[in-house]
Amino acid sequence: MFGLTALELSRIQFGFTVSFHILFPAITIGMASYLAVLEGLWLWRKQSVYRDLYHFWSGIFAVNFGMGVVSGLVMAYQFGTNWSRFSSFAGSITGPLLSYEVLSAFFLEAGFLGVMLFGWRKVGPGLHFFATIMVAIGTLISATWILASNSWMQTPQGYQIIGGQVVPVDWLKVIFNPSFPYRLVHMTLAAYLSTALFVGASGAWHILRGRSTPAVRTMVSMAMWMVLITAPIQILAGDAHGLNTLKYQPAKIAALEGHWESTPGQSVPLILFGLPDMQAEITRYALEVPYLGSLILTHDLHGQIPGLKSFAPQDRPNSTIIFFTFRIMVGLGLLMLLLGLWALVLRIRRSLFETRLFLRFAVLMGPAGLIALLAGWLTTEIGRQPWVVYGVLRTRDAVSNHPASVVSMTLALFMVMYLAVFGTGVSYMIKLVAKGPQEGADEEPPHDKDQALRPARPLSAARDDVDPAIR
Amino acid sequence: MGVDLPMIWALIIAFGLMMYVIMDGFDLGIGILSPFVRDREDRDLMVNTVAPVWDGNETWLVLGGAALLAAFPLAYSVILSALYLPLVLMLAGLIWRGVAFEFRFKADEAHRPFWDKAFAWGSYIATFFQGVALGSFINGFKVEDGAFVGGAFDWVTPFSLFTGLGLLVAYALLGATWLVMKTEGALQRRMRELAKPVVLGLLALIGVVSLWTPFAHADVAARWFVLPNMLFFAPVPILVVLATWAILRSLAGDGHTAPFVLSLLLLFLGYTGLGISLWPHIIPPVVSIWQAASPPQSQGFALVGALFIIPFILMYTAWSYYVFRGKVRAGEGYH
Repeated sequence: MFGLTALELSRIQFGFTVSFHILFPAITIGMASYLAVLEGLWLWRKQSVYRDLYHFWSGIFAVNFGMGVVSGLVMAYQFGTNWSRFSSFAGSITGPLLSYEVLSAFFLEAGFLGVMLFGWRKVGPGLHFFATIMVAIGTLISATWILASNSWMQTPQGYQIIGGQVVPVDWLKVIFNPSFPYRLVHMTLAAYLSTALFVGASGAWHILRGRSTPAVRTMVSMAMWMVLITAPIQILAGDAHGLNTLKYQPAKIAALEGHWESTPGQSVPLILFGLPDMQAEITRYALEVPYLGSLILTHDLHGQIPGLKSFAPQDRPNSTIIFFTFRIMVGLGLLMLLLGLWALVLRIRRSLFETRLFLRFAVLMGPAGLIALLAGWLTTEIGRQPWVVYGVLRTRDAVSNHPASVVSMTLALFMVMYLAVFGTGVSYMIKLVAKGPQEGADEEPPHDKDQALRPARPLSAARDDVDPAIR
Repeated sequence: MGVDLPMIWALIIAFGLMMYVIMDGFDLGIGILSPFVRDREDRDLMVNTVAPVWDGNETWLVLGGAALLAAFPLAYSVILSALYLPLVLMLAGLIWRGVAFEFRFKADEAHRPFWDKAFAWGSYIATFFQGVALGSFINGFKVEDGAFVGGAFDWVTPFSLFTGLGLLVAYALLGATWLVMKTEGALQRRMRELAKPVVLGLLALIGVVSLWTPFAHADVAARWFVLPNMLFFAPVPILVVLATWAILRSLAGDGHTAPFVLSLLLLFLGYTGLGISLWPHIIPPVVSIWQAASPPQSQGFALVGALFIIPFILMYTAWSYYVFRGKVRAGEGYH
């Protein structure tokens, strides 16, 4: 397909399926914690807006959870189907970590998700709140295992290679590898930010449509507090992650900055924009700010980062791509900071819900968290190349031995099917959002009353009067 | 003597796979039977009987994949890459029918037929390619230096296509007898009638596979057709015939639960026969569970979690089947 090799096609297929997948768990992680906060506020303050919002968002949470499970099924098999040499080499470490992720996810589903989604009237408020908190914690535990596995592939330690296979020597070192804490914090905050932006955009959209109810205003207000607090913390966490990456994967930093020459004794400028050219080994049209590169990347005006030329050509990640994905992530992060600050100013002036320009900006920023999250993952994963286990196993040695024609077929199949299936799912979620939270009066969630005889599965928690088809 | 970790893991994975086959088997069977039922209300009823439990059934498939990677990375990498196309098509079928299952409840009248067709097609594709994968697994894989070295279409053999059809029949039987258990009246009568030729067909298919396998594989023949093994294993084929006879009898009589339970027994016997033929190979025909095992540090670490959490999953599964026990009636939905 388009003259691509089987290796490139397998990489595209993995990137495509995992990118689709990660959007759902990211919202699951953020939304579960948001729901726990809403239920806590409802029990504490007894204001019906919190209960109404809980019921509204738990239906959307359920659909999103279902999509995450379905798209995750493929991920459990792709390591073997397309990356068999990686699996036989490193499965002894990534396999147990992945198993723990699956086991924790099922434990959570078996125990608490059913109570959370269907038990509002069947168990006491305390027990229900406990179930919601356990679901929120469970999503974070699942994320921990997956990020431990990914981080180990980025910064492997605690292992030996015996007989062409990785053997774990110290599981604590494997799990708490150097990049793990940074990646875990960065990803969790990204999930929270993505959710806050999504919730905020939904509320802002309803206000712009003239439905400024107390529940909708609470939704916008809480989301904007969350963005205001989380965006700056995320920038700090990202900065710390960058220092960690410079220490363990300097080639990735050089590539994402489009920085080619090592310049001992001179400060490193920051290239705001440019076009890195892998062949010519130069970043064209570079717009540079002196000293700023050293300052940001090393926290020292004269700090050094090695240039990309100091790595052998076959060890260099593709600067042309990650230079831009990195800038998309950072740019959106700064816009999030702006959104939070603007909301604060308007809040002080008591015009948060009346400023249409701000509300439109909030709607536009709705998908920004997820886009930034994908851009960040693309940066770190493409920046890890040409390695799949950094410094240990090259990606080209990890791929299964399939002809390009066969991988083209499966890639085309996945693309068509994912766009149809998850396109329908996402459009359904957006239709649910467009219905808006139902106002007070009603003591029970809509799905408890109208659908008393529904099965206890995630998607069944969503309303029935919304057709999923795209029109 | 220490603990035989590969043996424990092989049993866990074999158990998980069997749970998957019998549980997802009957709900895939509902999809396979759905084109044979024209009446809208009956069709809704069929789907309603499995709606509360079907997604829990697929839990075992994900768990099986992850456990295989953790405990037998070599088997995971060889089998999954050798069965690339059938597995991708199986996953595509499962995803397609999974969302169709959910969305047919929510769709407008106009969109329902579309999701109904998607549900049936997805079930056929997923089951057929599962069966093809099973047949190819029995046929064995070309392995050199710990990697699959065969071709992308090695899985296309008369035997594997035959097992693909065989699994369609097996799941159809599970689906039909499940419906005999869960429904009443006309639909139940229909399923009683439908199940009879299906169970006879399945008996014939099992017979063909049981002869085809030892003829094609000398080591399988050596396992079964020597004394004293022949005496030890003789109960398996005898019980298969007895179970088939008992299913036919209970279908003709007034059995509600018996046909389904006996069908499960039939599937279990087939599974056991397969286990006898292949043991102890996890990558037939030569790689054993001990050769494919990950290091004890990996198997031991993962075992702690599995032994702690699998009982919870089993308890929850049993509980949800208990909650949704009994007949499902039209218009009633679930209870």
